Amino acid sequence: MSVEMILNGRLWVLRENGKLFSDIDTDMIYHNAHLAVTDIDKMGQFAFGNLEGYKDFADKAQSGDLVLAGDNFGSGSSRQHAVDCFKALGVQTVIARSFGAIYKRNAINSGFPIIELPDLPDDLFSNFEIAELNLEAGVLSAGDNRFQGNPMSEVARDIYLAGGLFQYAETM
Amino acid sequence: MGRSLIEKIMSSHGGEDCRAGDVVWIDIDNRTARDFAGASVVGNLEKYGGDSPIAERSKTFFTFDCNVPANTIPYANNQQRIRIFARKNDLKVYDVDAGIGSHVVIEEKFAKPGTTTVGTDSHLNIMGSVGAFGQGMGDVDIAYAFKTGKVWFEVPESIRVTLDGMPTAGTEAKDIALAMLRRFSSHELLGKSVEIYGPWLKNASLEDCVTLSSLATEMGAIIALIPPNDNVLDFFGITRNEAVYADSDTAYLEDYSLDIDGLEPLIAAPPSPTNVYPVSEKTDVKVDGVFIGSCTNGTYQDLKYAAELLKGRKVAPGVMLKVVPATRATWARLLDEGLLKDIFDAGGIVSNAGCGGCASGQIGMTGEGEVQVSTSNRNFKGKQGKGNTYLAGIGTAAASAVLGRIASVHELKEVL
Repeated sequence: MSVEMILNGRLWVLRENGKLFSDIDTDMIYHNAHLAVTDIDKMGQFAFGNLEGYKDFADKAQSGDLVLAGDNFGSGSSRQHAVDCFKALGVQTVIARSFGAIYKRNAINSGFPIIELPDLPDDLFSNFEIAELNLEAGVLSAGDNRFQGNPMSEVARDIYLAGGLFQYAETM
Repeated sequence: MGRSLIEKIMSSHGGEDCRAGDVVWIDIDNRTARDFAGASVVGNLEKYGGDSPIAERSKTFFTFDCNVPANTIPYANNQQRIRIFARKNDLKVYDVDAGIGSHVVIEEKFAKPGTTTVGTDSHLNIMGSVGAFGQGMGDVDIAYAFKTGKVWFEVPESIRVTLDGMPTAGTEAKDIALAMLRRFSSHELLGKSVEIYGPWLKNASLEDCVTLSSLATEMGAIIALIPPNDNVLDFFGITRNEAVYADSDTAYLEDYSLDIDGLEPLIAAPPSPTNVYPVSEKTDVKVDGVFIGSCTNGTYQDLKYAAELLKGRKVAPGVMLKVVPATRATWARLLDEGLLKDIFDAGGIVSNAGCGGCASGQIGMTGEGEVQVSTSNRNFKGKQGKGNTYLAGIGTAAASAVLGRIASVHELKEVL
């Protein structure tokens, strides 16, 4: 897997009732019925399988896609599956106004880049437009629109560049 | 400027005078994994662990509590994979009979005040109940902790919440937790360490503290730390000097007070733990089932209270009452004291110790349209099946089982 600091791709803007979808918990991302799966390649089919309006996400997602959500993405359980299912589909990143704390760690540790955009307006970005995410700067842009969020933290960047926590440990 | 409780715990575990915002490597006293995600921890260690996958055996163990005994073949396979790895590496397994890992860690007095514990359970921050650090993490983190004894952590900002006043009799720790969820929702405390103070906590039992701390995850907080009171210190057989407290001159990011004076029982309606109402506003909701248990409300104190309320009464016709003690030790005590018989005679189903309904089905799921009152901690859509789950304390759960509709414990006392 190549490690890039600028990601380009089609942007899924997750919405509920017209607003950015908030409080998407790990059971909506990856339902507990499939927790016994340990092979990452088999996790992709269950991504958002319990999220209203997006249950067909796994069929429609394309490798290279970016995902954008509202507040508190990934709250709930500690399951790594909720990160790995996106990696299995080739989704490059999840961007959100904020993340659940455990989800954030899990993403960082498995080398899956995530960016927080606090206070992002609900309607700045459109579904399926081609967007660019600059991880170093924490900036999401598409067309004429640009939003400055939180840059990747130093630890997150180091682990991401190494390819994951264990790979990072080898560099220490 | 003084240090918050979490800054002090992390400073004493390798974080060297750390402050909120610092990223530090902390030493972990208790490194655990459960049957859920435990197999992935094993997988990571087999792949990356090399010749010495375990830093310290005496501090490292597995706890099976999600699906016990396994009722699906994948879970059975995962548990067996863990057992084989544990035997090979001489690690202890608290197997399918033991109960909820987070409770076992406290019961065994591994998680003393001021210690650090990690595991693959998102409610492991329940250690906040004894003024200790605990955190649920994914399988990569936990495998790393097994191998090295350390994890990295960004020291969170701290918020102080003072509970003012005293609730009415019949109001429980769960109701206070629900009052916090009503006030702070899942955003205001997101990513923060919360320290809870107030007169109600002075005499709170260890079990009350466990219930209150267990909802920190639903509040979005990293942890809800309760400075140990005399009850908690007595349980561990230690003095105040051996526990860790925040400095009195700590500057908190926010300093909130929450009025719980005269608080009445509360209930969280679907689809979220923050959707909280007074129980008295929901008494027209008929229930199909009641679940009593979980890491939030499955202690000896909880089930004893349930048994006392159910004794001599009957569960309403057509209502299922499902009861799951948190640990084997809880089970034993309830058995010895005849309390299980009171639950059984009232019409309850009592299962072996474990996580109960929260993790796909030790004691059943809910069907489409089924209304369940649960003492657990999550009622998100689809979490416990397709039904509608309401979250409440023991008194409300027992009263609802007897009356066949949502009811507070005050109404139950009018029956019989």
